Amino acid sequence: MKIIIVGCGRVGYSLAGKLNADGNNVTVVDTSAEKIADVMGQFDIMGVVGNGATLSVLKDAGIDDAELFIAVTNSDELNLLCCMIAKKEGNCETVARIKSPEYSKEAEYLQKQLGLAMVINPEYEAAKEIARVLRFPSAMRIEPFGKGRVELLSFRLSADNLLVGQSVREVMGKLRANVQLATVERGDDVYIVNGDTVFAEKDVLTVVSTPKDAVDFLNKIHQKDFSVKDAMIVGGGIITHYLCEILERSGIALKVIEKDYDECEELASDWTKVTVINGNPSDHALLKEQGIERADAFVALAGLDEENILLSLFAKEWGVKKLVTKINRIDYDGVLTKLDLDTVVCPKNLTADMILRHVRSAKSAKDGNMENLYNVVQDKVEAVEFIVKEGSRLIGKPLSELPFKQNVLVASIVRNGTVILPRGNDSILAGDSVILVTKDVAVVELADVLA
Amino acid sequence: MNFSMIRKTLGSLLIFEAIFFLVPSVTAVCYREWEELLVFLACAGICFGLGGLCALKKPKDPHMYAKEGFAIVALSWIVMSLFGALPLCLTGTASYIDALFETASGFTTTGASIFTGAEIDQMSKSLLMWRSFTHWVGGMGVLVFIIAFLPLSGAQNMHMMKAESPGPVVSKLVPKVRQTAFILYAIYAVMTVIEFIILLVGGMPVFEAITTSFATAGTGGFSVTSNGMNYAPHLQVIVAVFMLLFSVNFNSYYLLLRRRPKEAFTSEVRTFLLIVFSAVALITLNVYFAGDMGYTFGETLRHAFFAVSSIISTTGFATVDFSYWPIFSTLILVTVMFIGACAGSTGGGIKVSRCIILSKGGMHEVGRLIHPKQVKKIVVDGKMVDHETVRSVNAYLVAYILIFLVSLLIISFDPMIANGDLMTAFTSVAATINNIGPGVGAVIGPAGNFGDFTILSKLVYIFDMIAGRLEIFPMLVLFSPRTWRK
Repeated sequence: MKIIIVGCGRVGYSLAGKLNADGNNVTVVDTSAEKIADVMGQFDIMGVVGNGATLSVLKDAGIDDAELFIAVTNSDELNLLCCMIAKKEGNCETVARIKSPEYSKEAEYLQKQLGLAMVINPEYEAAKEIARVLRFPSAMRIEPFGKGRVELLSFRLSADNLLVGQSVREVMGKLRANVQLATVERGDDVYIVNGDTVFAEKDVLTVVSTPKDAVDFLNKIHQKDFSVKDAMIVGGGIITHYLCEILERSGIALKVIEKDYDECEELASDWTKVTVINGNPSDHALLKEQGIERADAFVALAGLDEENILLSLFAKEWGVKKLVTKINRIDYDGVLTKLDLDTVVCPKNLTADMILRHVRSAKSAKDGNMENLYNVVQDKVEAVEFIVKEGSRLIGKPLSELPFKQNVLVASIVRNGTVILPRGNDSILAGDSVILVTKDVAVVELADVLA
Repeated sequence: MNFSMIRKTLGSLLIFEAIFFLVPSVTAVCYREWEELLVFLACAGICFGLGGLCALKKPKDPHMYAKEGFAIVALSWIVMSLFGALPLCLTGTASYIDALFETASGFTTTGASIFTGAEIDQMSKSLLMWRSFTHWVGGMGVLVFIIAFLPLSGAQNMHMMKAESPGPVVSKLVPKVRQTAFILYAIYAVMTVIEFIILLVGGMPVFEAITTSFATAGTGGFSVTSNGMNYAPHLQVIVAVFMLLFSVNFNSYYLLLRRRPKEAFTSEVRTFLLIVFSAVALITLNVYFAGDMGYTFGETLRHAFFAVSSIISTTGFATVDFSYWPIFSTLILVTVMFIGACAGSTGGGIKVSRCIILSKGGMHEVGRLIHPKQVKKIVVDGKMVDHETVRSVNAYLVAYILIFLVSLLIISFDPMIANGDLMTAFTSVAATINNIGPGVGAVIGPAGNFGDFTILSKLVYIFDMIAGRLEIFPMLVLFSPRTWRK
């Protein structure tokens, strides 16, 4: 697919890399020649230096035969303008990134009036993800599949967990839990679980099941469960706004600490139930005064990645049970896992995933439509959901007889609203929604999982 | 340094060279040259075996950076010439060093030969085909060929393409390197076929039409007879026009195909045509009025056009021996030797685009002396040339002059030159480093050859030809100890 990306910031860069890895023809437009040279040296893509809202630059980038146009510059207005021009000039789908809450409220109107295929809002996506883990704090990450009927959730095994030191075969026989174990992350490595996998302390286990069975499973294995009643949020940026909006009626008491007085005023006037504190979050005395040791959750949403990491580590020292850290820029995934930061939210990756999902589902119409795509571990493990179409090679045979590639797991099947955790003798039917977890296999079409 | 990636790429290069050997093999079958057929098939076998061994094992780390790109390109051209020289040597036609000179001259599209006209007339058709085919392979670049046809992935291939393609700035036509390489080769192949058909229709024998098309397309210049380009006038004009066409930036053809003619006629192309026009005009007038050659005006014009087109495209074909033209005309030809073709073409030389940047930079320097606080930027085609490019063009010129001078000093010891013939010495280096072929004078002019030089001089010329084709820096990177330090 021929794709033009305007804006080569954090989101644009990571998008260019992922779309290129998927085999698309990507052209990136940015005003900075330096950034273009940088991204072109890294990926096999084309770069055009110039203003993406001008016709001549878009012509240079090949708007005439582009199929998808994505505007992810730092300015909402510029993104909308780029998309308008691209839509008028070319015959392509347009995607605009919008981050300001003002526009975001009218996203549907804008989408309709400007003919946008999709409006992406990394900050809102991040807030949604944070809200999900705050509601279910024992999980590091949660992602709904099959219209919410199935959930993929990951959690870190604590020392007193029943699973530690046991193999999958032993444990699953005893527990009779209705969950599908998917992956185990240990240090920098990820494995797809098989019968011989032995669990260790600090492993991150990812399971797929219905939400009810997941709770049941966590109780059975003595994973400490608790609920968040008090959450402390550091930083009053856009994500915080969205988070307040989502959690307003959730019963979680929110306390926001923000340096800038004007930001504080804005938050306080928009969300009257939220406690807004004007002060410097790096001031330990202030955090103590505001009761960090009594908080159930600590959410670091300040501007700098480094600040967020340090604040989370500090909160961990004080015994806060649930940590959420926003990382925007840093790519040291390996180092971060060692720090044991609990939930890490990365808006740029969330955005890239959304667009990737869109692009892949546009392509994969042959034997199944992609419904959802979730990066369980960045660039390593993906969970994908497909609606299987008539004529697919997966239909008819029992799973044990299908020639699946290595590192592909059929995690669950949703058929007419009921969830099936598949065993070897189950088979897939047309119309089923299938959730697959894959490692090092990029699934664009459903047939990609077969050897 | 990622040695395993270098090994693998050189392996695939040898496999491709084995495939290239099949072209003269087919010729050998057509002309029933069984001995040569055996030699070519044996060479193909050797290359295939060695290449297969090298390419078989997958490298652990597929990452390549700029330095690997440079080193691979330089090594590839050396390895390719070393193996490409085998047939000439194994058939007993030439000694190994001579064969290496001839093959390097072929791949780098220089066209300087160590054979006399009589030797060429006696040579078998398959060897002649191999000589001309090396031009075609070398013209667009063999690594570009590999990139186009092997599923290598990633941005790292761009490093190789940048190192191999001529010109100060190498840009992509489409987002994927592989497709870009493929488009370039497609344009190249189609144009070669068109020239072949036109020459055939014009009355040239099939074999000569093929070899002439290969030699023109790569802007090489090997002839297959001692007569050189002494064909009918209309054939000479056709060849001259095609030499010019192949020395235009191939991006322009792509833009023409995409119906963007305004962008296709860049200032480089316009300047190139202007230089050709002025040189032809000056030489025609000079030779017609001052020379005592006995041509009619029409003949003068045709010879002047052919000579300028042949030299500026760095092909090196000749209809007449321009060494005997008035010195003004000869010097104009020496000047266009250095200017060379457009960037992104198959021709050599310093390249018109670099000359534009250099001359604009020089003018700005004068302006800055007059108005010390003046802010001026070099602008080409309405776009500012960034500082990096200007710096690399300047550095290129310095490296070019240094290599030129050192080569000149080394070859000055050669008995062929030691008698003080500065013109021969100077143009022999100019003709090899700019990938033209014939120089000026009795020894290395269109009627002469490089056969009588010493082995040391031949090695210097081989280095110059490869350095000139790869625009010097890949060779300097290859021979710099810092590249190989861990």
